Amino acid sequence: MTKEKMRVGLFVTCLVDLMRPRIGFAALRLLEAAGCEVVVPATQTCCGQPAFNSGDSRVARALALKLIAEFEGLDYVVVPSGSCGGMIRVHYPQLFDDEPAAAARARALAGRTFELTDFLVSVLGVAKVPGDFEGTVTYHDSCSGLRELGVKAQPRALLAHLPGVELKEMAASEECCGFGGMFSVKFGDISTRIVDRKCDNIRATGADAVVLGDLGCMLNIEGRLRRRGDERTRVLHVAEVLAGED
Amino acid sequence: MRSQAMFFKARAGDKLADRQLQANLGKAKTRFVEGRAQAVVDYDAAPGGDFEALRDAASAIRDRVLANLDVWLETFEDKARARGAEVLYARDGAEICRLVVDIARRHGVTKAAKSKSMLSEEAGLNEALAAAGIEPVETDLGEYILQINDNEPPSHIIAPVFHKSKEEVAELFARTHHTPKKDDIAGMAREAREVLREHFLSAEMGISGANFLIAETGSAALVTNEGNGRMVTTLPKVHVVVTGIEKLVPTLEDFSTLMRLLPRSATGQRISNYVSVLTGVKGEGDLDGPEHLYVILVDNGRASLVGTEFEPMLRCIRCGACMNHCPVYQSVGGHVYGWVYPGPMGSVLTPLYTGIENALDLPHASTLCNQCGVVCPVKIPLPELLRKLREKQVELKLRPWRERFALRLWGWVASRPALYGFAARTAVRYLNRRAGGTDRIRALRAAPDWTAGRDLAAPEGRTFRELYAERVGHEGRTKR
Repeated sequence: MTKEKMRVGLFVTCLVDLMRPRIGFAALRLLEAAGCEVVVPATQTCCGQPAFNSGDSRVARALALKLIAEFEGLDYVVVPSGSCGGMIRVHYPQLFDDEPAAAARARALAGRTFELTDFLVSVLGVAKVPGDFEGTVTYHDSCSGLRELGVKAQPRALLAHLPGVELKEMAASEECCGFGGMFSVKFGDISTRIVDRKCDNIRATGADAVVLGDLGCMLNIEGRLRRRGDERTRVLHVAEVLAGED
Repeated sequence: MRSQAMFFKARAGDKLADRQLQANLGKAKTRFVEGRAQAVVDYDAAPGGDFEALRDAASAIRDRVLANLDVWLETFEDKARARGAEVLYARDGAEICRLVVDIARRHGVTKAAKSKSMLSEEAGLNEALAAAGIEPVETDLGEYILQINDNEPPSHIIAPVFHKSKEEVAELFARTHHTPKKDDIAGMAREAREVLREHFLSAEMGISGANFLIAETGSAALVTNEGNGRMVTTLPKVHVVVTGIEKLVPTLEDFSTLMRLLPRSATGQRISNYVSVLTGVKGEGDLDGPEHLYVILVDNGRASLVGTEFEPMLRCIRCGACMNHCPVYQSVGGHVYGWVYPGPMGSVLTPLYTGIENALDLPHASTLCNQCGVVCPVKIPLPELLRKLREKQVELKLRPWRERFALRLWGWVASRPALYGFAARTAVRYLNRRAGGTDRIRALRAAPDWTAGRDLAAPEGRTFRELYAERVGHEGRTKR
């Protein structure tokens, strides 16, 4: 590390805030273990993606400006979600076509925003993680992380630092789980059919846990596995596995 | 073709419950997806092969055409006329039908042999021909199967019977041809060929689409696997090409670049079984070819996209890769999309060509997973276009008021951290009560579609912001 610790803003995401705070704390632990000074702006809420994907760009712009203001004084923004990370990194700059000043701020922040595992590997070059997970895992590549941010090798590289973890790749790990945000609520039956294929592929590996980097996919896959009667396969965020118990 | 796109959601349930369809979709998907993946690997492995660079080159070619579409159309028109073709323009489906029927009458046509043309589906050309007393005969094997199955619509743009199994076709053939039921595809193809041969020889007119129009030579290019396209375009004395104005490419060189992509993206083939470049009428000394050639260039909504945010959609070369790779298409098949074009490209085109208010579900019937975008040979940002259509729906107030209100309310709350924190704490406690001390919620009135198919894991009990504020407080730290 350089003399000055880098100041990293953690955007936990609204779903983690609501449903799984432990993922937020796991991300915090990973960043601190890697030597970052982590700042968690207390006023953070949502990145605006639900509005953006629903076609309400006015609301999306308002929430984007709020997030930009909360994080732009920091060296980096780190997000334990490829989907929300992709929103900031890829879509924020597109939101302000007619507002050059806001667009410039959005671009500046976008360039400093990283998905958690991408940040740990690509920016920090982390070679050691605190977790102690033991068992076989299979990795689901969430769509936005994979196809917007190129998150594929990073989580696998980090998992490889855990001696107790054996990775068994599933078939079609890059195929969508069927969550799609509001899609799963608007077209629940189609979404169920899609996640069924994912569940089949997970089960076929026989892994103890499916590990992934997005809470949306996590809730979808876990919810379907349990409804199908699978009480055994654990569904874990990669941050939880890497950080271990608090 | 009248659009049934408004019934997408309603009809999806039937398709999900159709076990035969589900089995057929699974098989077809595997074949196309694995075929393309292997073709890309092989292309990249060959000397100088770079599939990504090829996609860039192809989309640049398509953009170059769209930037000066009028000029390329004129070039094509001049070159085609010089080779004896008559070039006509059709504004919409009705005009296509009128022009084709006029041509048929002029030449005393009673039977028209057709190779596959999605534009003829847009226009409902078969019905129009039949109404004018001209018998249309589909000669693409897939289209032929659909025609003898009571004019069923296609469910895929390159594989019209994507939704059918071999067994279903065998039964249909036995029933229609009064022959013993066959169990091999080769035997069935032979049977169809025998029936169709008679039509090829007796039809006075051939109708085809065109995969590309080549401006510098005035040619129409056909990419097929069955050879029927050659019969349709060379045997009858009259040949009518019906195709969209956006199908132009400037040069033969450009055509060859696109041909490196089209079969690989569509079926995983390095090259299709047949590639025909058709230029002009039968000349002196030519052994075959039509005596009369008409090229009908169709707008039907295309020109209105030029220069708009939806222009990239006009790059489309109709390979079908987006639907082959779409998790939604893979789950429900093509018919539920309700019009001519299914899958992601159809969910963009149907609202644009038939009216945004007539296809409200389609732009939302996508998880925006972008699998379509990464396989598209001409790099159409399909998820982005779907999202823009969602924006249009909001702007035009076409979304249900409850949805618009809920979004605005949520946005208003999320802009106010203190209020949002209170709402989040309340929501978490409510959800936990609904879980009743267990780790999951089995039914939630606020999200019935979600809990119909899956449980909702119970939240941990308190929000991250609550817990973090507490922790920071305990540690006596102040941050920002």
